[in-house]
Amino acid sequence: MIPLSWYLILSAALFSIGLFGVMARRNAIAILLGVELMLNAVNINLVAFWRYLDPVQMTGQVFAIIVFAVAAAEVAVGLALVISVYRNRKTVVADELDMMKW
Amino acid sequence: MAILFLITAVVILASAMMVVTSRNLVHAALWLVSALFGVAVLYALLNAGFLAVVQVVIYIGAIAILFIFAVMLTRREMRETGPGLNKNWWVSALVSLLVFGGLAFLLSNWSGFSQTSAELPSGFDAVSALGDALISPDAFVLPFEVASVLLVTALVGAVYIAFNRK
Repeated sequence: MIPLSWYLILSAALFSIGLFGVMARRNAIAILLGVELMLNAVNINLVAFWRYLDPVQMTGQVFAIIVFAVAAAEVAVGLALVISVYRNRKTVVADELDMMKW
Repeated sequence: MAILFLITAVVILASAMMVVTSRNLVHAALWLVSALFGVAVLYALLNAGFLAVVQVVIYIGAIAILFIFAVMLTRREMRETGPGLNKNWWVSALVSLLVFGGLAFLLSNWSGFSQTSAELPSGFDAVSALGDALISPDAFVLPFEVASVLLVTALVGAVYIAFNRK
């Protein structure tokens, strides 16, 4: 059987890759792609803990479903913001969106 | 099982690396689909069949397609202009490696780190138990309803923000 540690290490690696994407990419849509990777890493953890620690309580899976809903809401609002910014500024590069920076 | 897990893990991590390094955003979105599909395989391995299906339907069917639409609506040409990573990308790489190292160190000191999976009771149906938990008043019906309110709010907000007033 697979020990719990494999899932935890995989999800830590996936989270770190997503974090790198969020911090290093210039394009706002690519930043949102990194956020999706991080949310998936969290979900792997939740489901693995549910399966390995207490599969009779459904808490882990229910929490994962809430994360799905939050991810869907986040991506809808985030992409709407990106499209709106693109319409007004003709750019989606995060570095160039500095009009609130004094 | 272990072979399947290792293959899936390699696919997920390689696809995730391509997502964060690929200069072409459509390719990045398609690599994201591959990574998400790998995560769905992991859910199936963990006996969470409902979540595996939801992962394919919502993440791949809706979110990844939404990303591809957003890329198509905001590109001037298919390829990103200029470098894909900002000039401090090595700081980000360093911080990410530190986070990974810190997480691995913390987890390896935890007593349940190499725990094997708990036995499923015989006749246990995870899908119906999940459905009961989601609608039972003494379980998670309130968070479930709040999540639906959140989704409606996000939908209205997204339409409002992206609406073209001209």
